Parts: sequence; C-alpha cells; structure tokens
Amino acid sequence: MVQFAKDDDTVVVIVGSGAGGGTLANELCQKGVNVVLLEAGKRQSSATFINDEWPSFKQLAWLDTRTTSGSWRIARDFPNLPSWICKTVGGTTTHWAGASLRFHDYEFKTRTTYGGIKGANVMDWPLSLDELEPYYARAEDKMGVTRTNDIPGLPGNNNFKIMYSGATKVGYKTCHTGRMAINSRPRAGRGRCLQLGFCFQGCKSGAKWSTLYTEIPAAEATGKLELRTEAHVARIEHDAAGKANAVVYFDADGKEQRQKARVVCVAGNSIETPRLLLMSASAKYPDGLANSSGQVGRNYMRHTTGSVYAYFRDPVHFYRGTVMAGVITDEVPNNPKRGFVGGYEFETISLGLPFYAAFLDPGAWGSKFATFMDHYKSTAGMWIVGEDLAQKSNRITLNSMVKDQYGLPVPNVHYDDHPNDVAMREHAYKQGEAIYRAVGALDVIRTPPYPSTHNLGTCRMSEKASDGVCNKHGQTHDIPNLFISDGSQFTSGGAANPTLTIVSLAIRQAEYIAEQLAARSL
Amino acid sequence: MKNMTEINAAGLENRDRRHFLKSSALLTGVLTATSVLGLLAPSLSWALPLQHLDQADADAVLALAKTLYPHKDLPDAVYALVVKELDVYAGDAEGRNFVTKGVAALNAKASGHFSKVSRAGQRRAVATLIDDGFVQKVRSTCVTGLYNNDMAFAHFGYEGEAFSKGGYVHRGFNDLSWLPAPPSEASPALKS
Repeated sequence: MVQFAKDDDTVVVIVGSGAGGGTLANELCQKGVNVVLLEAGKRQSSATFINDEWPSFKQLAWLDTRTTSGSWRIARDFPNLPSWICKTVGGTTTHWAGASLRFHDYEFKTRTTYGGIKGANVMDWPLSLDELEPYYARAEDKMGVTRTNDIPGLPGNNNFKIMYSGATKVGYKTCHTGRMAINSRPRAGRGRCLQLGFCFQGCKSGAKWSTLYTEIPAAEATGKLELRTEAHVARIEHDAAGKANAVVYFDADGKEQRQKARVVCVAGNSIETPRLLLMSASAKYPDGLANSSGQVGRNYMRHTTGSVYAYFRDPVHFYRGTVMAGVITDEVPNNPKRGFVGGYEFETISLGLPFYAAFLDPGAWGSKFATFMDHYKSTAGMWIVGEDLAQKSNRITLNSMVKDQYGLPVPNVHYDDHPNDVAMREHAYKQGEAIYRAVGALDVIRTPPYPSTHNLGTCRMSEKASDGVCNKHGQTHDIPNLFISDGSQFTSGGAANPTLTIVSLAIRQAEYIAEQLAARSL
Repeated sequence: MKNMTEINAAGLENRDRRHFLKSSALLTGVLTATSVLGLLAPSLSWALPLQHLDQADADAVLALAKTLYPHKDLPDAVYALVVKELDVYAGDAEGRNFVTKGVAALNAKASGHFSKVSRAGQRRAVATLIDDGFVQKVRSTCVTGLYNNDMAFAHFGYEGEAFSKGGYVHRGFNDLSWLPAPPSEASPALKS
C-alpha cells in the first residue's frame, strides 16, 4: 500500500471515510490525485460485523463523550448520545439502511417555496436539482440503487406487507419497496440481499452499499490512496496567507502527528465537522476556520423523525429481512394546508428485541410498556423522515467544561423543535397510526426520535459568503483549499434520507477539485 | 437456541446439582414445563446464588424489577438476571450501601417489606419513587438486562443472530399470510 510522507504537501487530506469522505477519496484517486484519508475508527469487514445489537453498537458507534442541551427529548433520554453515527472505516455507511431518495426541485429552493418563517433560518441552496441530476444518476449507478439503472426492487418482507395494506386502505398511492442501495440481485462483485435483518449492524452479506468495501478498496487499487485508521483529527492548520496547509491528528498510540496538505476536505459528519473547524481557531481566525459568517455549527438539522409501532393479533416477525423494507412518499410534497411546510416520508423500521426495549419509549415503565414488549413477535413498525427547519440557535458548540480522551473540548449539541417540526410530527404520527389501525392493529404507540442518524447543515452552502460556510462545490468561502464534504453542507434537509445526496455532492466536488488542481488554482 | 447450556450460560444453575455454601442469598424458581423456556431448559428448577445482597434485599430487587416491567408470564428466571447484575454492583461497600438504602426507601414507602406488599402497593411505591437513583438504576438495568439474553429472545419470540443460518431469505422473511400479498410493482419477487 502506498505511503505518503508526513511533509508531502502535494496530497489532498480527507478527514472521515463515510459517504462523503470515502466517495470523494475514490473519485479523486480515479483521477490520479494522491489522497491521505484519515479515519478515527478501526477497519472492520463483513466478516467481523456482529449480528447482535449491543456488541455491534460498541464495535461501530461513535461513543466519544458529547453533551446536549435544548428542549428535544434526546437531551433527557440520551444526554451523552445525541447521535447514532459511526466511528469506523466506512463511517455511517456501515450503519445506514440503504434508503436512496433524491431531493425534489423545490427542496433546493425552500426560502422561495416556503417563504420566510418566523424563528427559522430557511434559505435556498446555491445549487439546483438540474445541476445535481447527472451526479444523482452517477451515484445511483455507483451504489446500485434499486428501481434505477434497470435494477429490480427488493422483495418486501412481512413488515412491508402490513405497511402496504394499511397505506392502500387509507388512500395512499405511492408505497413500494423503495429505492435501496441494497443488491436485489448480484451486482458489482457483491451478492444479493440475504434478508438478514441486521442492516444497522453492518451488512454481513455485503449486499448493502458501504464505502468500506466499495469506494475505499477501489481507491486503494489505484495506488493513490493511503488510508490511516485510528487517526483522530484535532485541528487544521494554515499558513501566513490563511490557506490550510496541514492536519494534526492523534494516531493509534495517542501520539500527535502532522500531515501536510495541498487541500483539506472535512467529512466528519455534522457534529465533528464544525467541531473541528471551531477547534482550529487561530490568531488569524479567532472564531474558527471558515467562520467569517458566524454560521459554523449553526443550522443543525436532524430530520423531524419519530416512529409508530403497532401490534396485531397474528405474528409478523418484523425483524426478519431488510430494516427499511418499504417507503410511502405521498406526504412528501409541500402542502401548507396540512398546517406545516415541507413534507415527510414513512419507511418501515424494525429493531431487535434489545434495541426495541431501549428505544420504544425511553424511561417508560409499567404495564403499557410491558404489554408492547409482550407482543414483540406480532409487531410492525415505521419511521418518519421529514424536513425539519434550520434554526440559527440549533447548533454545535465547543463545551470547554468537558474534555474528550485527547483533552479536546467535546461538542455540545443544542436542539429545539420548531413549531413547524412539531406540527409535522403530529401529522405523521396520526397518519402512521391510521395506517396500522386500518389493518387491525390492537394498539399503537408513538416512539420519540432516536439519537440522530441524519445530522445535517452545520456548515451550510450559501450563495453569499455572509450567509453560510461554503459555496455550491463545498469549497469554504473563506479558505479556498478547505472543503466541506459531508452532510454539513446541506442548506436544508429535504424529506429524503441524506446519503444519496451526500454521495452525489462528493462526486461533483471531486470533479471540481481535480479541475482546480489541474488549473493550479488550488 | 443453545438449549443445553442455556440456563447455565445465563448464570443460573440447576439447584439439584450444586451446594451454595458461600452464597449470601439464593433466588430459586421452577419453570412451567409447557412454557418456551421450560421446553428448552435442561432442568425446570433453577437457582441463583448471590454473593453480596442479603435475602431481603435480593427479594426486593426481584419484586422491583417485576413491578417496573410486569410481563404476564415472563419466568422469574429472567428477572433474576437483573438481581444478579445488582449483586455484582453491590460488590463494594458503596454499591452495597446504595442498594440497602434504596430498598429501605421502598420499604418505607410501601409501609412494609416491598416484596411482600400487594401488587397495587408496589406500583404506588414505585410511582412515588420513580426518580430515585436506586429505582432508576434497577430500571435501566432491566432495559439492558431483561431483554438482552437468550432466554428473553426465546420467550418474546426474537430469533437473534441470522447470518450463520443464511438470513431469512429462505426462512420466512415474507411468510405473513393474514394479509393479501402486495402487487409485484410494489414488491417484486425474489431475484436469483
């Protein structure tokens, strides 16, 4: 495997190996660019993944201390676990369930479409669907998304059968087994889905797309990639002119290392990415890197989520087969008559018995909870994914009172629901309950949001440098050779799982960086 | 299910086979022969020897777990796993004191031995003390302890690890027959 010298200042350094960083690394390597990819976690594989929820969680999840504040229920139930994302090669593409939906045209123009909304910081993207469409197409092909590129849909499991029947009965028209980055038949050297039911625990069959066993080995095969695992980045440094020139990290032995860089791309997910920019504050940039707008860490979005579970007279075994086995998209289009702007989708969800107990109704006790557990075998579940609105005060800050294992300030995640989020969630809960009641549910329960998997917006794209952190290529307004390469770029969240959009943006960003390097503009 | 070793692996023992000379307390029970666990366990009678909790405290923790998560027919053998974890927690003076004080508070609220008062009395006492550190400790131990073991998997009907069995692709991922099958546009047939 190629190794680059620490003082080699011609390399592109990418922080994070998930959907954004892992894809960007491969795309750059395919174009002949030398890349050092720094990943805080260890390298697992399909062989080492574990079909057991708690041990798998310990293997893959980002468990470094974080703190929370705000009125969201997470701050009460999981005060040190605001998000459920991963610290491992492949990042959260090891954990994601594979749902790959495109944004709609108006979802890039939310300020224009929704108008000004009190208390929210809604803004149009500096990018349109037209511009992103070719990259969506490339991402779908790369990821093997079902119902695109002549790839058949997946067969629905028992959980989907219930969703489909209920959705049809309440009058919904668009319910199917989704656009999933999970092989319905062998493709790209990976096998067909075995319906394991452990999508969240790392796919042991490799049927689900993850940068771990697609992008990263492909990049390694070019001889242009050096992946360094257990490399926890502490700060980005800059030269006297203000351009990024090195990345400082702690290696597996806890020793500080410094890698010089021609370009630095940050893809640490929407909590670590702004944390890193804020921790890199210097005399020249006292508020952190790329933060002249003051927007670094702000506008944190996490989707208006929630779940509805129901139990029935007869068995379901909802834990068998793909976790997100189907989708209902009728509620996606913006229709303010419902009492909120934006939209939401439903996806089936299932949890194993241990996580069902942990997340069904955190903190609950007594007979209602016990009765739901008693009916585990005859339970069905769905998850709500809706657009939440950016707010300036929902933000990642450095908590200097609490230090991590390297002595660095931990990130604090502050979140309050906007009234629009509350109205949307209420609507979705009611509709979800109606779906299950329509097919004979004996009882239904509203499960509050889990620790966030869709963390977005904390280094948002903007047309003007005063409104956001980066431009439509993810290039920061302030520092031309510093890029944001993950979901932090999102100006708004859409009613779609973010991975497909993150991958599309990474493919597009790689083209831009390669062009700029060739033109010696970087 | 690893049925021969199941009960032993969970830390409970066949009480006919062992003497428990050094234990501080003993929880015992008998599984119903026709229950899922009764069918799978090597022996219907089980015993859990404890090292630190005295009998009254052990009985109180067991009763507290059953009050917090009152399952209709979950055998005491599963609840006993929570007592076992609390017994380990009580391994030092601080932990032991924490449990003793917590049980004393429960007894005071229940106006008698918590494990011996009525179900309604137990519920009332727990409702009043739900934010108490000890009650919360037992509650969170229940959430991770009651539902994360092979006995619970068998009882509640969760099949656990699936990869070694080839997943569910040929083992019932779509075997639900009490609703009509969705059309193939919505749910295509399995592709080989």
